[in-house]
Formats: sequence, structure tokens, C-alpha cells
Amino acid sequence: MIQIRGLTKTFGKLRVLDDLHLDIAESRVTAILGPNGSGKTTLIKSILGMVVPDKGDVWIDGTSVRGQWAYRRNISYMSQIANFPANLRVREVVDMIREIRQQPAPNMDEIVRRLGVGRFWNKQMQHLSGGMRQKVNVLLTFMFDTPIYILDEPTTGLDPLALMHLKELIVQRKAQGRTILITSHIMGFVEEMAQHVAFLVEGRLYFDGSLEELKQRTGTDTLEQSIAEIIKRNYAAV
Amino acid sequence: MQLYKIVRYVIRDLLRSRWTYVYFAFYYLLGMVLLFINRDLSKAVITLMNIITILTPLIGTVFGVMYYYNSREFIQLLLAQPLRRDMLFSGQYIGVSLSLSLSLILGLGIPFSMYGVLYSGVIWDFAVLLVIGGFLTFIFVGLALVVALANDNRIKGFGYAIFLWLAFAVVYDGLFLLGLLYFRDYPLEKFALGGVLVNPIDLSRILILLKLDIAALMGFTGAVFKKVFGTSVGMIMAFGALLLWVWIPWQLMLWYARRKDF
Amino acid sequence: MAGTIRVCDTCRFQSIAGAIAQANKGDTVLVYPGVYRESNIQVDKSLYVVGINYPRVDVQQQGYGFVLKGDSITLKGFEIYDVEQSYVKEYAAVLVRRCTTFVVEDLRIRRAFFGILAEKSSSGVIRDNRISGVYRTEADAGNGIHLWHCKHMRIEGNVVHHMRDGIYFEFVSRSVIEHNHSHDNVRYGLHFMFSNNDEYHDNIFERNGAGVAVMFSKYIHMRRNVFRDNWGVASYGLLLKEIYDATITDNHFIRNTIGINIDGSTRIRYERNLFQANGWAVRILGASYQNDFSENNFLHNTFDVAFSGRETTVRFVRNYWSDYTGYDLDRDGYGDVPYRPVKLFSYIVNQVPEAMVLLRSLFVGLINFSEKVSPVFTPDNLVDSKPAMRAYDIEVR
Repeated sequence: MIQIRGLTKTFGKLRVLDDLHLDIAESRVTAILGPNGSGKTTLIKSILGMVVPDKGDVWIDGTSVRGQWAYRRNISYMSQIANFPANLRVREVVDMIREIRQQPAPNMDEIVRRLGVGRFWNKQMQHLSGGMRQKVNVLLTFMFDTPIYILDEPTTGLDPLALMHLKELIVQRKAQGRTILITSHIMGFVEEMAQHVAFLVEGRLYFDGSLEELKQRTGTDTLEQSIAEIIKRNYAAV
Repeated sequence: MQLYKIVRYVIRDLLRSRWTYVYFAFYYLLGMVLLFINRDLSKAVITLMNIITILTPLIGTVFGVMYYYNSREFIQLLLAQPLRRDMLFSGQYIGVSLSLSLSLILGLGIPFSMYGVLYSGVIWDFAVLLVIGGFLTFIFVGLALVVALANDNRIKGFGYAIFLWLAFAVVYDGLFLLGLLYFRDYPLEKFALGGVLVNPIDLSRILILLKLDIAALMGFTGAVFKKVFGTSVGMIMAFGALLLWVWIPWQLMLWYARRKDF
Repeated sequence: MAGTIRVCDTCRFQSIAGAIAQANKGDTVLVYPGVYRESNIQVDKSLYVVGINYPRVDVQQQGYGFVLKGDSITLKGFEIYDVEQSYVKEYAAVLVRRCTTFVVEDLRIRRAFFGILAEKSSSGVIRDNRISGVYRTEADAGNGIHLWHCKHMRIEGNVVHHMRDGIYFEFVSRSVIEHNHSHDNVRYGLHFMFSNNDEYHDNIFERNGAGVAVMFSKYIHMRRNVFRDNWGVASYGLLLKEIYDATITDNHFIRNTIGINIDGSTRIRYERNLFQANGWAVRILGASYQNDFSENNFLHNTFDVAFSGRETTVRFVRNYWSDYTGYDLDRDGYGDVPYRPVKLFSYIVNQVPEAMVLLRSLFVGLINFSEKVSPVFTPDNLVDSKPAMRAYDIEVR
């Protein structure tokens, strides 16, 4: 259970998170949605402790994450942009992360095989295409078995086959009762994966409920339409 | 353990970087050229002093800033891992400083030992020189990381860091000398010594002077100078101050790192 | 025929003084090993007084050890110690008074007040003695070898340390000091006062409180000596005060606070000396004329030349300066650009000594450089117009 309480963060004059309260339940896939600049990534980075909030706090299983680091053992994080140290080889990055985490990576071989990472296993990061790097990103995220997965725009740059594998991995983890947090702009993907949606607008929680509820409330058939509807309403109000 | 691992990654990363070799080659060639031109170890050591007290801070500054801006991905990747922030940044700091110091020590050490510095009277002067070069590298890499952490804008960060170097290397001494001339009618001993402690470059210079120019330094009437230069007090004080100078930017860097958003 | 008189525990004579009293002119007094508690032993006729294996003369703080007076006396091979200290009389292990053609040789003098003191004597040799005192203050220490109103003397191969002055000359003329080693004395390693036509060469003077001083003297020649490690506020390798017509050649000045301090001295030639790692190689104070430096090596001194006082003529030519950065396009062995041995910073340090902490800083380098390019403060005539491109070979023993 991840509890977000009164989370506030400003960058300069821009208030990115504004007294945000949100509970993310265990053992299901929650999608965090919202227009550009609504604070999704900042929220995720606050959970990971990469961003230090001005006010409020994030609690994981009843413990505040402020100033903590060991709790990240329980989180696998897939960052939005698959940037890696340019000089390192894929193998070295994988080894390094394994060495740092000191956790078993039971799924590594299988994922390497399925995504075909072996073909560029000994290449330096700077020589990989965006899609290849994203595959490495997927590997680094899913090779560990952790209670929480946080995926920031995981589909970026993946080819259809890789995307299929990613979906399989998410489904598999969901079945194992893991807590999964996804942000994405691909609504089809979200609809397929998530049961629950938290919708942010300008740093505040606009909606928190199941997909069905969201569709009902906006009176639309698809998630895409309902999101568009929300954004329209909001900006009309402004 | 975490610290050790990170230091190792940073060094491994830097061993792949062209710049480490450029730096090494620079010092290697410098040593060779100095010896070739002078054919005299003592003179080469004196020339080297000027280079070390001015150039190692500059290179440390530029390299520290550059490394930070180029390793943001690495930092991002590791920040999401179960690591202490302090360890991550301390590790980077130590890794960069250590590999620069190694380039310096090997780069100069090889040509000079080929010229027989190991068996000559200047071996200790030379060793002190290298140790001081190491200290200055650590200090200025630390300061550079502070500046880089405080400025997300690369250009600004570079600018400020270079300015900081210039301030320590030249501007400070100019103002200091003006101050000494202006207040020449007052007892200046303690002011002069204090002023030197405040600037790591001056501090290093004094340490080298204690080796090279002790005869001149002993020509002072002042009791404080006498004590500082004439006994081991000066050496101990200067090395203590240098250690403090390593510690301060380091802690400042951690202070910034703890508060920074990535 | 000269006879031999023996002194030992079981001999006819058990005391040195007793034997000497009975000896005839030209006799040899042989003293065998043992401890002789005797003082003020008078040698007042021509004798050879010779110790075998250094018999010990314990003066027991009672006045002098030996007192020599007369012609053709040789004193040799004793160990003499515990000479009386006094603030009124200059008690010495050996007092030589009004002697001619004497030899004082191979003595080991410890805990001396004065070591060997010669007055109004001539044609004597003081050779291969080892003299040491108890290191205290200038006031209660005496000199190692002290000559007053002497001429035609030879001071040779002695080792003197922990005295006030190692070797002291006052009104001594036509004498030679050579191959001595004078170190760790409270005041001067060698001290000349009012002495003319002397020379000293091949000596080593080191770690003396104030180095070597030559004062109020004429025609002194100094060759192949080593002056080193004299550190301190008033410490010099060599101090020249009111000296005329001297030559200083082939000496080594190494690691002294001031290599040579020149004060009111005229017609001095400095040739082929080595100045290395001194604080100031040469410091010239006022009223010194015709000081000519040629073919000296100035290596890695903190300051090569410091200069104060206007009434001075100093000339530098064909010296080697390790700081010289010029070039020699006509390949005649001398740089085409004159060298200025006086740096701007040396003036600043003169004004504000504390500014020394900025020595060798980049800023000081910059102001020195700008002064070099367009001199404002440093005197125009103080240049070496023919700086040598290579260091000279300057050997001492």
C-alpha cells in the first residue's frame, strides 16, 4: 500500500504537485494519467525519493520514505527516457545493477531471450538505438522480483513484438499479486493493462477509481474519449 | 561497501573515457618536456610546482564539472536503486578525484623516475609535490561538483567553476597582497598566515616553499613565522588545513545533493 | 744532545709540569696515557711536549691547561678538558703568548672555554686539532681558535664546533686558514676583525649561528670554501663589513638565508662562486663600490640579488642564472637579452616582509613578469649584460 499525503512540489514558480492525496492499493495495476505537465513523473520520482517534496510525504507499508533508501529494494523502476551511461556495455549495466541490488534475478535469462537482448549484450550503450535501450530498460526492471513496479511511459520506442512481451510481463506480475504503477499516453495500452485510474490535473487528483467508473462518469465508451473529455472540460473551465 | 562499488564503477567508466588518457598524456609529455629542456631535476621540480599549484586545480575544476554534466544518466539510474544518496555522490567524488590523481601521479611519476628522481636528493620534494597535486585535485573536483549541482545550466556551471578557479589562483592573491601593502604599518604575521590558510592553492604553495625556500623563510624576525616555518608546526598545520579543505567542499556537495531533485 | 723525559704513573715524573721544569732546552717530554689533573702547565722553553695515545689533562676548572711562551715549542697529542669559565679572563685549553715558530697539533679539546688562544705570536702552526665547547649562549662561550696580534700563522685541518666563534682573527696578518671544518658554533664559524693580507681556502663552514664574518679588513682572499646551512634572521654564508680589496673565488654558498651580505665594502671581486638554494644569494647594502661579479653560478635561489641603498656600484657580467629565460641567437655562449637579477617582488618583500607568503604565486609571477617587460621599480644599471647560457663547473674539495 502506497499512501501519498499532502504532497506538494514547486519548481521555481511552477506548482507541479499541489497538496496531492492518493492511495495506491496493492496487487493491482494503477494507471496515473493526466495531461502533459500534470505532475505524473514528479509524483513517481517523489515515491522513489528522486524528487524531494516541499510538503507532504509518501508512506509505503506504513513507513515514510523521506530520507530513506533501503525501501527501494522493493521497487523496480522503469524510467521514462532510457538513458544509460554511454561508455558502459549492456552486460556491464546489468551486472552493475545486480551487484548494487544484491537480489536474485530469476527472470533475467528468460527476458533476455524473449526480447533478443543477447544480440547487443556486449555493445556500449551509446551505440544502441532508442528501442534497444528501451529493451534494456525492460530487462533491468523485470529481471528482479519485487513487490512494486513503477513504469513511466514503458511503451516508448518498443516494436510490436517487444510491446507484446512487455504486456505479458505486466500481466504475469499482476497475476502474482504485485503492485504496479503505470503512466502512459497510449490509452489502448492503459485500458488493456490497468484496472484502476488516478487522474491528475495541475498537480491535483481529479479522479481516482476504476476504469468503468471513469467511463460512466464521462459518459464515453473508451478510455481515450473519456480522457479527452476530461481535459476539454478542464481547460474550458480555465 | 556501497561506496566502494560506486568508486569502482566511476573509475571503470573513466578508464574508458578519452579524457583520462588525454590528462595522463598531458602530464606525461609535460614531465618529458620539462626534463628535456632543463636536464636538471631541481629546476624541473621548481617549474613543476608552478604547474601543479595552478594547473591541477584548473583541470580538477573543468573535469569535475564536465563529469557531472555527462553522468546525469548514471546518477538517475542509480538514484532509483537502493543506495544512499550520500554514498552515490561521495562515490562519484572520490572516483573522479582518484582517477585524476592517478593520472597525475603516473603521468609525472613515470618520466621523472626514468630520469632517476628515485635516487636523487629531490625525491621528497617531488613526492610532496605529487601529494599536494592529489590534495588540490580532490579539493577542486569537490568545488566543481558543488557548482555543478547548484547549476543545472551547463554553460553557467562551467562559467562559475572557472571563475572560482580564477579567484583562488590569481584574484585572491592580488587582493591579499594589496591588503598586506595597505596595512603594512600593523603587525601582519597572523593576518598573513591566516590569509594563506583560507586559500587551498596558497596553502599548497606554502607547503612546497617549506621544502624549496626554507632558507629564505627563516630570515624572518617574527616569532609566529619562526614557529610555523622553523618547526614541524607549519607542516602539520598546513596538511591539517588541506584536509579540512577536502572535507568542506565534500560536505557542501552532499548538502546540495540531499536537497536536489533529479 | 737533546734528551727524552718520560711522564707516567711509574716513571720518575708523574706530573707533566714537573717533567717540564726539569727538562732542558730542546728536550722531548713524552707523556704516556693516563689522567693528569694539572692546570696552568707552563712551557717556557723550547721543548717537544708530546702525548702518546692522548693522555688526558683534566684542568678541573682551574684556569688554563697549557701556557706556551718562548720559541720553538711543539705541543702535540693531548686530550684537554674542563677549562675554567670566566667573565673576566679568557681561559683557554692552550694559551700561546709571545711565541715564535711554535706548533700546536693533534689536540682534543673538550668542554673548553677558549680552545687555543694565541697572543702576539708569529710563525706558528695550529694543526689537526679538534675543539668543542658546551653549547650555551654567546656570553659564556669562548672561541675555538682565537688569534690576537699575530702574523705568519697557519691554521690547518682543525675541526671546531659548539664554541662562540670557531676561528677568530683580530689584528692578524699574512696568515693562512685552510682545510678546517667549523660548524655549529653559536656565533661565527670564522671571524675576521682588523686583519689584513690573510687568506683562507678549502674550509667548510656550516650551521653556524651567523655564518662567517669578515669585518674591517683589507686584502683578504677567500677561495674554495663551502658556506652552507646558515639559517636565521641575521645569518649569512658570508658577511662582509667594511672590507677593501678582497677576492672571493670558487666558493660554494649553499642553503643559507643570505649567501653573501655586503655592507660598505669596496673593490671586491667575486668569481666562479656557486650560489645555490639560498634565500638571498647576494644582498648588497649601502656604500659599496666596485663589487664585480663574474662567472658565478646562481642556481635556484629564492632571490638572486637584493639591493638597498643608492650609493653603490655593482657589476654583473657573464654569470649563469638558472632563472634566465633568454636566448642566444648569435651562439657566443651568452644570452642576447640582459638578465635582471633584482625582482620586483624582492622590493615588495623588503617593504612588507610578511608578503613572503605569496612567494612563487601566479600573481607574483605576473607582476614580476610585467616588471621585467617594462621596468619601473628595479634599477636600470643592475643587469647582467652577458648572462651565460650554461652553468660553470665550480669544484671544491
